[in-house]
Amino acid sequence: MKRSKLALPVLLAASALALAGCATPPASGGLTITVPDVPMKTELGAFEGELNIVNWSGFVDPKWVDPFTAETGCVVNSRVAGTSDEMVTLMRTGEYDIVSASGDAALRLIVGGDVAPLNMELIPNFSDEIAEGMKGQIYDVVNGKPYGVPIGRGANLLQYNEDVTGGAPESWDVVWEADSAYAGKITAYDAPIYIADAAVYLMYHNPELGITNPYALDEAQLAAAVELLQQQNSIIGEYWSDPVAQITSFVGGNTVVGTSWEILKKFAASENLKTTLPIEGSTGWYDTWLVSSSSPNSNCAYAWIDYTSQASVNGAIAMNFGMAPANIAFCATSAETQAHCDEFAAEDEPFWDKIWPWTTPIEECVDGRTDVQCTSFQDWTNAWVTVKG
Amino acid sequence: MNAIPPAPQRPVSTYLHKRPTTRLVALLALPMTWLVGVYIISLALLLVTAFWFIDPFTSKVIPGFTLENFVNIVTVPAYLSTSLRTLGIAVAVTVVCIAFAVPLGIYMAKIASPWVRSTLAVAITLPLWAGYLVKLLAMRLTFTEEGLFNWLMAPFGISGPGFGIPVTILTLAYLWFPYMALPVFTAIRQLPHNLFDASADLGAKGWPTVSRMVLPLITPAIIAGSVFTFSLSLGDYLAARFVGGSTQMIGSIIASNINLNPPVAAAFSIVPIAFVVMYLMIARRTGSLERM
Repeated sequence: MKRSKLALPVLLAASALALAGCATPPASGGLTITVPDVPMKTELGAFEGELNIVNWSGFVDPKWVDPFTAETGCVVNSRVAGTSDEMVTLMRTGEYDIVSASGDAALRLIVGGDVAPLNMELIPNFSDEIAEGMKGQIYDVVNGKPYGVPIGRGANLLQYNEDVTGGAPESWDVVWEADSAYAGKITAYDAPIYIADAAVYLMYHNPELGITNPYALDEAQLAAAVELLQQQNSIIGEYWSDPVAQITSFVGGNTVVGTSWEILKKFAASENLKTTLPIEGSTGWYDTWLVSSSSPNSNCAYAWIDYTSQASVNGAIAMNFGMAPANIAFCATSAETQAHCDEFAAEDEPFWDKIWPWTTPIEECVDGRTDVQCTSFQDWTNAWVTVKG
Repeated sequence: MNAIPPAPQRPVSTYLHKRPTTRLVALLALPMTWLVGVYIISLALLLVTAFWFIDPFTSKVIPGFTLENFVNIVTVPAYLSTSLRTLGIAVAVTVVCIAFAVPLGIYMAKIASPWVRSTLAVAITLPLWAGYLVKLLAMRLTFTEEGLFNWLMAPFGISGPGFGIPVTILTLAYLWFPYMALPVFTAIRQLPHNLFDASADLGAKGWPTVSRMVLPLITPAIIAGSVFTFSLSLGDYLAARFVGGSTQMIGSIIASNINLNPPVAAAFSIVPIAFVVMYLMIARRTGSLERM
């Protein structure tokens, strides 16, 4: 959360609450969200011998699973999900104990009562070493209660083919404006959450819209974002959701500029492909472990979260996936780990200050506004289809 | 004179011979279980969801009854344009397949030597052995900016269309071509040679022979093939994703809503079914279904 940018609405919301004499405890940032009352685990018991995980590819690997199973007796079954929406659907089957959700899935699961608040006292490895920008974020800390334990993060950067652009574009306008020099060779992320990227651009260029948080859009603001996205649709070469397709599109020359991740640039292994963070800032994915509210294996789940929060394991996951680790104590452990942290800006908080972590849009405005109803993820989903017409 | 040999013992046949109902049940039990139990029930379960609600807050599906999902298909401009675009693509794929299959069929059946004929038959069917995704990615690689097509065409100053509707049509035509080519080839092969001779004797040259003799006689085969090319194209979404650029098809909407809004996805799955039913009714009116 952008604490600085949120200061004003937060104050307003807090005073509104105070005036109303509201008895609800102040949430993180003074924001209160209605969530089902799911009990928190109070003490650890015997390990159940089994743990079912929904995770991103690369988060669960025998290298760190085998020692965990040897130590606890919890046999880990991993199910790799391709998208956040698939993760939500899988978690709602009730067959999984734990999920490595990104922020756009996390708040949906919390508000839906699918995941339980966490008792941090039972997770001693969750320490001060967690990167400042990943603590107390709205997508996994709701009403002051933590629901998630950070794993790692990555930014949605502007990737460009330097042979064509001749240098780093300063602004995202190369992917949004109809007169872009790269029309027809632009790529964008193919998911409703990409609407937030349009909102980030509008925040900077159209301040009169009054957007203060790209995940808190009222109807008029969403309409403006959709209009921008429709304008972009006419100059888009390809939308991508499959990372491999995005890489081949950049390497094959079909795409010159567009949304990318640091790790995709690395996989593309092409000298002329570079990434940059334009002046408007950007969005990013922040992944956290969440525990199912109906998990029959909650002791194994807590043990897993504690185990993966230690610097060595958290860092191994981050390196395997290609993202900035949450536990930055990992960075100083060797020259190799420091190089990884530098490449993914793990310790560069001023960089992350310009990134808006993916957060599920819900009807209660996450920017603290109480006088309007914001658009929910369902509205975004419906809007996304109309963007692609 | 030898004695009549004793009839062989066939208890099952004897039993069934006297009981026609049991015979019928035994014959149909397995296919009907498949048709109703697996095919129709699962389809019905999916279609029922189209009348259900979605909780806007949690995106959870709530059983109930609403027609809103269907109303949206016709009233939301983006939904309507996607449906019509998909219909147009499916028609174009079918036309492209026919345009290639008929001349090829005539050549293979009536002109080519047996050796060339079998080579061509193998060449048409061989891609069926390759995986669907493999073929899609092959088309993607062919039509990328620095791909084979642009490399081959560069000397002539031609550059490819880039990913979009034309390449999608071409890819789908490539994927479904065997389903059109094989029935058309078989139908032309069955045309007697002397029909061609008679046509020539009456003074008809190539095109009148094809248009007034061959085409009417192989229409049932073309319809049979087009049912495949048309309906398979209507339901496809991976081609649009991999070679369609920013093209959205019905399948893309279903795929992107299957997790986020299952009722809309279910309602949309009715659209291709409606198109195919309409197509079959038109085909029936022409009378070609009776001759299939």
